[in-house]
Amino acid sequence: MKIAVCMKQVPDATSVRKLDPATNLLDRSGEGALNATDVNAVEEALRIKEAHGGEVVVVSFGPTKALESLRKALAMGADRAMLVSDEAAAGSDLVATSYALAKGLEREDADLILFGQQSSDSDGAVLWAAVADRLHRPMISQVADLRVDASSVTGKRQTEFGYDVISAPLPAVVAVSDAINEPRYPSLKGIMGAKSKPAETLSLADIGADPARVGTAGSQTSVLALAPPPAKGNQIKIEDDGTAADQLVAWLSERRLL
Amino acid sequence: MAFGKEVALSEHDGNPVPPPGGRLKPATSTLAFLEHHDGVIQKGSLGVLARALAVGGDVSGVVVGYNVADVAASAGAYGVSTVYVVDAPEFEAPLPQPRVDALEAVVAASGASNILFAASVLSADIAAGLSARLDAGLNWDVTDFAIEGGELTARRPALGDTVLVTVGWTSAVRIALVRSGAFEAVETGGTASVHPVPVTLKEFSTAAQMVEQAREQASGPSIEDADVIVAGGRGLGAPEGFKLAEELAAALGGAVAATRAVVDAGWYPYSTQVGQTGKSVTPKLYIALGISGAIQHKVGMQNSGAIVAINKDPNAPIFDFADFGVVGDLNQVAPKLAELVRAHKG
Ligand SMILES: Cc1cc2nc3c(=O)[nH]c(=O)nc-3n(C[C@H](O)[C@H](O)[C@H](O)COP(=O)(O)OP(=O)(O)OC[C@H]3O[C@@H](n4cnc5c(N)ncnc54)[C@H](O)[C@@H]3O)c2cc1C
Ligand SMILES: Nc1ncnc2c1ncn2[C@@H]1O[C@H](COP(=O)(O)O)[C@@H](O)[C@H]1O
Repeated sequence: MKIAVCMKQVPDATSVRKLDPATNLLDRSGEGALNATDVNAVEEALRIKEAHGGEVVVVSFGPTKALESLRKALAMGADRAMLVSDEAAAGSDLVATSYALAKGLEREDADLILFGQQSSDSDGAVLWAAVADRLHRPMISQVADLRVDASSVTGKRQTEFGYDVISAPLPAVVAVSDAINEPRYPSLKGIMGAKSKPAETLSLADIGADPARVGTAGSQTSVLALAPPPAKGNQIKIEDDGTAADQLVAWLSERRLL
Repeated sequence: MAFGKEVALSEHDGNPVPPPGGRLKPATSTLAFLEHHDGVIQKGSLGVLARALAVGGDVSGVVVGYNVADVAASAGAYGVSTVYVVDAPEFEAPLPQPRVDALEAVVAASGASNILFAASVLSADIAAGLSARLDAGLNWDVTDFAIEGGELTARRPALGDTVLVTVGWTSAVRIALVRSGAFEAVETGGTASVHPVPVTLKEFSTAAQMVEQAREQASGPSIEDADVIVAGGRGLGAPEGFKLAEELAAALGGAVAATRAVVDAGWYPYSTQVGQTGKSVTPKLYIALGISGAIQHKVGMQNSGAIVAINKDPNAPIFDFADFGVVGDLNQVAPKLAELVRAHKG
């Protein structure tokens, strides 16, 4: 079974996220990291491969430096990485990203395409549905428990009312919840081995994507203005030096919350 | 999703940029998707409808389902006079992909330019699928919208609510996914005329099948009525970690709640989940133990009287909206807090 895992490089969690005032784009000059919930998708792919055999390829659309983050997935055990990267691709919104990613995925023609829960820099949790529509594939989202056999997938996921169990024939698209598994840590051997695994960077031309449909040119949303959010009242933030509980009780009692 | 433009941020700094080739201004005709379950239109959808009617222009509702003429007619009581209905057995289960086909047909039949959804598990997938189908821009996490000079614009907080962005669309069809709890439903009385729209379903759209739908009823005291809530997240480390939350809640005379991450993992019951896909709560005091403060959690508890957070990560987003934040290990702080509260109450 061939499994493609869609992954994104996001600003490292410790970096301060800000917008570049010149472009209104997210400032990506700092450290990049693999989007945390995508690691659960890699783990799930590796478990499926361990049970059914096959190949795991990680796929990303992003700046060239995103390849560094994809190495972590290779170190965990993924077989190879494919990054779609192009000067013309910066500033892509959902319409443009789903188009470019679907083009890249078409080339791989995987039996199962996995997504993570959401990107930490967009909180979108929308990309899989757009990609599935472009690829004309059935899709199950937010799956916390996944069963796979030779010809179908069945996923259990939470809704506002309880749980759904949904099944779909392969080839299919599945987005996983970060509660689906506990990802493994790459072993030292895995980290060493990752360096020699195939990792290719493809341009829009390589994947047959029309540059007019990608990047700012292909995007259908725009930013008109930025403003700081409404100010919050007095916030207190303390570091626990052993007295945090005492300070908190004093604060609660002052406010008659005890 | 995108790289560079996650918050739908573009090069268009400050001013709306006219569409290339001087495209015609879209008409201000708006569709509100009315999500319904068990014959009842969801409050979130009715809230979006109420806001759309207040904003003005030509507003219609859309109901997709099986045997839903009555559901569609019931929207009239919320002030909408036209409801498009796509009715077929394939829509019985609440699955997104056939609904993309349905909305594509309604958009074509109505000529509507603005398509509004209230965020939910189902609606997010429909909105995103429709965005790809029509190459129509999607802005999500929208907290308000307006029509100015015939153009839809929207407000959305971004980057963990640290910046407020005014966003627009450059496509002729404009799709918005409105954040949970942004607007209240407004019952006005009235009747709606129902307009059936035929649809041809795509093969892939009906390939996924609902195997089972479980409804979970809340058991035990409801967190919705509690004055004090102690909520636990993944930072509790294991299901047993909830003992700490329970102990603190007992000391405070409060109830215990949970994040989706721990409910999905089976650590705590579904009925205690707070957030977008769980309950909205407004206690006088909300204490978050080991909770990062993701937006989908925040929307369910941000209106609490006072918010206290204990988290070991100083960069956790919850500190952006906690009234009292403790950067520290909850295993140290929470038991001590429970002890001091018990002593205080004597
Ligand atoms: C469509 C959709 C709907 C969703 N709906 C909901 C919803 O209704 N409700 C909801 O809650 N979530 C929802 N989510 C999930 C949400 O995005 C987050 O993933 C989730 O809220 C995270 O839960 P958490 O804070 O428990 O876990 P994490 O994000 O993993 O945070 C755990 C925190 O614990 C801290 N920590 C760890 N150890 C300690 C320690 N010893 N002491 C102190 N702190 C510690 C860590 O620093 C971290 O900040 C939804 C997601 C999607 C995509
Ligand atoms: N640029 C990208 N390249 C590849 N996969 C992505 C990209 N952006 C997002 N994804 C995948 O889509 C999921 C949902 O992203 P989002 O809709 O942005 O929250 C992520 O968890 C990733 O699995």
